[in-house]
Amino acid sequence: MAPDDRAGVPPPSGLSRRDLLRGTGLAVAAGTVLRAGRDAVAEDAPAAAAGVRTQGPGAVEVTLKVNGVVRKVNVEPRETLLDVLRLPLDTTGAKRVCDRASCGACTVHLDGQAVYACAVLAVDAEGHDVTTVEGLAAGKGAALVEAFVRHDALQCGFCTPGMVMACAAAIDAHGPDLTMDQARAATAGNLCRCGTYPHVLEAALTAAKAAKGR
Amino acid sequence: MAEGKTEDKVKLGIVTPGVGDVVREVTIQREDDDPVTWGVDAKLAVVGKETPRVDGRVKASGAARFTADIRRPGLAFARIVRCPFGHAKVKAVRLDRAKAMPGVLGVLDLKRGRATYAGAPLAAVCAETETQLDDAMRAVEVDLEPLPCVVDATDALREDAPRVDPKRANADLPAGGRGAAPPEAVAKALAAAEVKVSATYRTQIQTHSAFEPHGSVAEFGADGGLTLWTSTQGVESVQRDAAQQTGLPVGSVRVITEFMGGGFGAKFGTTECDRAAMNLAQLTKRPVWCMNDRREEHLVGGNRPDSVQALTLGGTKDGTLTVITGEVYGTPGNGTGGAGAANTRAYDIPAQSVAQFGVSTFTAVGRAFRAPGHPQGFFALEGMVDEFAHAAGLDPLDVRRRNDKHPIRRLEWPLGAKRIGWAAHRRKVPGSDPGPVKRGVGCAAGVWGNAGGGGWRIDLVLGRDGSVVVRSGVQDIGTGTKTLLAVLVAEELGLRPEAVRVEIGDSRFPPGPGSGGSTTAPSMGPVARDAGAKARAAVGALVAKEWGVEAGPLTFAAGQVKGPGGKATTFAKACSLLAPEGATVTGRRRPNYAGFHGTVGGVQFAQVAVDVETGVIRVEKVVAVHDAGRIVDALTARSQVNGGVIQGISYALYEERLLDRTSGDMVNPTLDTYRILGMADCPEIDVVFLDVANGMNNAGIMGLGEPATVPTAAAVANAVFNAIGVRLRELPMTPARVLGALAAARKGGAK
Repeated sequence: MAPDDRAGVPPPSGLSRRDLLRGTGLAVAAGTVLRAGRDAVAEDAPAAAAGVRTQGPGAVEVTLKVNGVVRKVNVEPRETLLDVLRLPLDTTGAKRVCDRASCGACTVHLDGQAVYACAVLAVDAEGHDVTTVEGLAAGKGAALVEAFVRHDALQCGFCTPGMVMACAAAIDAHGPDLTMDQARAATAGNLCRCGTYPHVLEAALTAAKAAKGR
Repeated sequence: MAEGKTEDKVKLGIVTPGVGDVVREVTIQREDDDPVTWGVDAKLAVVGKETPRVDGRVKASGAARFTADIRRPGLAFARIVRCPFGHAKVKAVRLDRAKAMPGVLGVLDLKRGRATYAGAPLAAVCAETETQLDDAMRAVEVDLEPLPCVVDATDALREDAPRVDPKRANADLPAGGRGAAPPEAVAKALAAAEVKVSATYRTQIQTHSAFEPHGSVAEFGADGGLTLWTSTQGVESVQRDAAQQTGLPVGSVRVITEFMGGGFGAKFGTTECDRAAMNLAQLTKRPVWCMNDRREEHLVGGNRPDSVQALTLGGTKDGTLTVITGEVYGTPGNGTGGAGAANTRAYDIPAQSVAQFGVSTFTAVGRAFRAPGHPQGFFALEGMVDEFAHAAGLDPLDVRRRNDKHPIRRLEWPLGAKRIGWAAHRRKVPGSDPGPVKRGVGCAAGVWGNAGGGGWRIDLVLGRDGSVVVRSGVQDIGTGTKTLLAVLVAEELGLRPEAVRVEIGDSRFPPGPGSGGSTTAPSMGPVARDAGAKARAAVGALVAKEWGVEAGPLTFAAGQVKGPGGKATTFAKACSLLAPEGATVTGRRRPNYAGFHGTVGGVQFAQVAVDVETGVIRVEKVVAVHDAGRIVDALTARSQVNGGVIQGISYALYEERLLDRTSGDMVNPTLDTYRILGMADCPEIDVVFLDVANGMNNAGIMGLGEPATVPTAAAVANAVFNAIGVRLRELPMTPARVLGALAAARKGGAK
């Protein structure tokens, strides 16, 4: 899988986030009385009939390994990995910006692959190694963080954790010979509103070169 | 001379070598205790160098807690139920069912009789968890009667268009005319003009799309005081608003914005989220988190008004511009102002008179957006200058240089022209490249004020161990304010910037300005310099006494304090002479001085490649030549310019708020359907600074954030004309518009 291909992981739960995308505010058809009543979690009847394990609709206990630490946490199957990282686990580095796999601010690593945490259900992260920017920065990503600082590869800093994670995946994939085009492709799924892209590319290349002796 | 004042003769002007010897001696009258402003020959240790952002590490490692990341014991979650129609009678909002949902802690009825924009708040719901909140939001029942609406400024001008304010016409909003030449002078100049061009330029509505949405966490303490963590560009004004809205004294309201994820002009004063969080926190006696989601942010989080600019520009056939006139309108939504376009600001055209008015529509209010009025105004103005040059058979760069009287920008044109290779790359016959991918170059000017001001203060706390802490209420919205303050204090004390701890974004510290108009750096930088100078004087006096020498000749550099006769000590040891509690000094902002020049310029050059078969425009390179008085940190300053250029290209090519004409709702309220420039679209950007000792304040600092985005869309559009020989007068320049313009030109033979 290319490092910028954040399709997510296969969903062992049999639930896809598409089915469960939370509506925001009101879903409105016409005037008159509006009741956007849709049950929170749909029964996955065909899946159940086919003998597929289903979870929910209530909270289930999952065991997540985040930055090397194993944590048991109760989550509803509709909750994304991003939601669970940010709230019950209080790991707030990954940011919620678009909440629909468009901007990359929530990028984390799942078994070393960059994924959008807003597009992975928390129940599907069970059994995988989750690394967030906090874990990366405290370990093998320290040099990359320093390169971000030295090149000023951030302004407001809100997209930055995602940018760091995308760059780290690119460096893992390509090593010290990381090219500008590879760095560009690896971060093409990460948007920045302040417009810090040129400095991000510089930081990625500097950090890749520094990774040579690793 | 007035008491307490001193006069100095200071050499002010261009610091950057090799661009022209533009320096003059200026007499500056300053308050006695304000440091003498830095002239062109000032020897500076850290100012002007590349200083890494002092909070870069905490942001890049994910440790920075933005408002959305604030967690408090018992934190509850709230969101706002919003109207999905541009115009509706709100007959009822029924909250009983929502209130009975699991985990719901409180609800607010926010309805007013009539909703006049999609996104108008109807109710707010607060629950224990976000999933419970989602379910409860769906249980809110609203009874709406959609009414006729109009969302487009031109449509809203029709006689039969529904009125946003039933008592007055939609077009009655004054936006302020630009240029006040009397009609007879304009008519005379038009009659005398040897070359005249007339055209209508259109710009779209752009949403701010800051990545951190508007929102806050509100918590009332046991003492009844309020703490509000909020994403704002104005800590001080939010504190005032919040006090007024809760009925608390200002002293019982604490506002904290330690890290702030972008604003671009959209985040001043309390918002619906702040008010909902405060009210629900009061109601539920819990800390309440309430932030917009992306859709709400697009809908109601702020936007740059659109514009329709019908202009006529005239001049002599040798290229002197003599007259500009026309009419401009745009919509600030259902708000009341800010829809103008600054299309007369670059050149001193003798007869200028452009009427401007705003048009009400059933859409959320426009807000100040990075250089309000300027990117749209300069897109039209600089397009017209290009059209004029083309009609007169002149090089558009020559026309600009001929008419430009800005003393700094005059030096920037040749610098930029050289860096883009104007002479070699400009197509003398626009659109003359063979093959389907055609290249061209274009350029445009920018301008912006100002030198800041205000009566702001900074506290600087010196410890006996040599620690230095700077405290101010001012917020850092991503521009690098923390770093700027650290650099200026470090310069005075002879320290490295990282040795200065900066604590800002908290209303408990001395108040700072709202971050608007690119005034934060010029308003607060001089205060930091003053605080640093006062701290140096405090330590210097103690060292001089210890050594039995005069304090005047002591130097503070490279962490050392040195005196006559080889006397030397470290800064930390010098601070051990302080009283046990250390020392606190206060820096003050003085009124601006008569400096070198009161505005900043800036010019940009773009090179584009346009595929005339697909209509796709690629910006390949931008040369951005900018000045902002004294550049304090060359690294974060470069980031500012990169950002201005990138937002400008994004505005020129991609961004557009699309509304459904029937319902008034936004049809692209996401970051995949509302496109902003991404990594793959990003050109090479060559940032060139013209460093100016400008003397308007003690550090000679001017603002940079806004000027960097003023010329970009115009420069790109002019480059597109040079590449394809057909002018695009409407933003964004999408492939469809490029192909449409090419087809129209083929059909009509007109350009």
